[in-house]
Amino acid sequence: MTEVKKNKRRDFLQLSSITIGAVGTAAFIWPFLKSMNPAEDTLALGTTEVDISDIQEGQSITVKWRGKPVFIRKRTQDEINLAKKVDLKVLKDPQADSKRVKKEEWLVLVGVCTHLGCVPLGQKLTDSKGEYDGWYCPCHGSHYDTSGRIRKGPAPTNLAVPPYSFLNDSTIKIG
Amino acid sequence: MKDQKESKKYNNSFLNWIEFRLPIISYFEREYGDYPMPKNCNYFWSFGALATITLIVMIVSGIFLAMNYTPHTDLAFDSVERIMRDVNYGWLLRYIHSNGAAFFFIVVYIHILRGMYYGSYKYPRELNWILGVFIYLLMMATSFMGYVLPWGQMSYWGATVITNLFSAIPIIGEGLKTWLLGDYTVGNATLNRFFALHYVLPFVILGVVGLHVAAVHVHGSNNPSGIDIKSKNDTVKFFPYMVIKDTIALCVFGVLISAVIFFGPNLMAEVDNYIPADPLVTPAHIVPNWYLAPFYAILRAVPDKLGGVVLMFGAIAILFVLPWLDNSKVRSCNFRPLYKWFMMLFFVNFFVLGYVGMLPAEGTYLLIARIGLVYYFGFFLIITPFITRFEKPKSLPASISDVYLSSAK
Repeated sequence: MTEVKKNKRRDFLQLSSITIGAVGTAAFIWPFLKSMNPAEDTLALGTTEVDISDIQEGQSITVKWRGKPVFIRKRTQDEINLAKKVDLKVLKDPQADSKRVKKEEWLVLVGVCTHLGCVPLGQKLTDSKGEYDGWYCPCHGSHYDTSGRIRKGPAPTNLAVPPYSFLNDSTIKIG
Repeated sequence: MKDQKESKKYNNSFLNWIEFRLPIISYFEREYGDYPMPKNCNYFWSFGALATITLIVMIVSGIFLAMNYTPHTDLAFDSVERIMRDVNYGWLLRYIHSNGAAFFFIVVYIHILRGMYYGSYKYPRELNWILGVFIYLLMMATSFMGYVLPWGQMSYWGATVITNLFSAIPIIGEGLKTWLLGDYTVGNATLNRFFALHYVLPFVILGVVGLHVAAVHVHGSNNPSGIDIKSKNDTVKFFPYMVIKDTIALCVFGVLISAVIFFGPNLMAEVDNYIPADPLVTPAHIVPNWYLAPFYAILRAVPDKLGGVVLMFGAIAILFVLPWLDNSKVRSCNFRPLYKWFMMLFFVNFFVLGYVGMLPAEGTYLLIARIGLVYYFGFFLIITPFITRFEKPKSLPASISDVYLSSAK
């Protein structure tokens, strides 16, 4: 064999062993990384059913879904009107109120501030509801309106609406 | 290999036996006995030793706490209360560990500021500085995860806020956060893994400390005048001179930390952490530990989520490149009439940032945090690189021994 041919063969062997080694290492690391993701039993904690027949107009309740608080508010007509008449152009995360509810009076939200995950105030009657009469996050001062949309403060997006459905007039299934 | 003859270096035959097979005796003699220290080092040079000792105390007290702690969301809070009430001397172990963490940061901050003021990060000690910043980063991660373990309100919400920082990263953020937590919220999976990592990271820190010390021993320690060692006259041996000096420093440190452990063990604790974690109620003010507060102030000073997170991590990352931002050949600020005052102001500014980081982010406090943020980055990106164009350093002394003799007069 000539010197050049020999070197080419050497290069090929080197390159292919490094490649195989790298792929093998990556395949070995994968299960370890993957094990840190939510486990099957965590994922299985899917749905929560809530009885909403006792909730009065203007009242809110907090239920737990997937370890997070979910706000269910029966809005007053004033609150609904307030949420509807907002010009979408002034919103940081523009979304019409009608896109955020299934029945006008029922507002269902994940009660976790989209900034850094605190639970906003506004559920209790004595709580500060913020400048837009919805919710106010005390951690870093985000204000949400009566549709749970971000109006002022560092939070980047509106309070999330979880997947939910009305099983009948008095029961909501979240998840 | 040819057999070497066993040397008879030491009088003790056992030491000779060890030395021939593993030359650690001569290693320790060289690095911790005869190691030349500049004569003019002041007590600021004791803080490296203090930090190492504190790390050992933290590891030992932590291991004994772990023997009685349960990393489960239903049991963690009660197991900590059991340590405080029922376990023999459990209260002492826990107060040593919690206050030890605070004092570890005090000592390390003084150590870092000493390195900055006297230019210890400059050629040829850049790698040493980088290893130090790594230690600092690891310390922050470790203390954060340790703070979560008692599973009080501040533990839970601190963990929620900090892990949510990662969700600010575009596209992968939300997935990364879930991966870190092992759940959609801070939960049992999170507590469990934080305990595992909190247990192992101190040993990683210990390893990096080993490299950090080995690296400084290559070119020798810096000193208050920032000039190189030129002759034997410039130095004293580590043993006994530095060992005795560090021991005195340790005694003073011991008195201070004991005073806090025994007379004010909760001085640096947040009362809210004595309320068990409640995922449905956020405390009115989420307060970070004071030693992380300067960075928290930077995070809150920015009215944009991603921007705040980027600047907060940037504030730490910028430390890595400090040796290349500062192009002055003069190490010690003692000989830099202008930079000296900017450096002092930087220290004050860091302290002020920490102070406002623990207060609500509104009104004047927010304004102070923003000014502090501007100075923090301005110091590194504008003052440090460009001051050399205006500053005339004082003339450096000829040798360390000259400095030593003139100060002895």
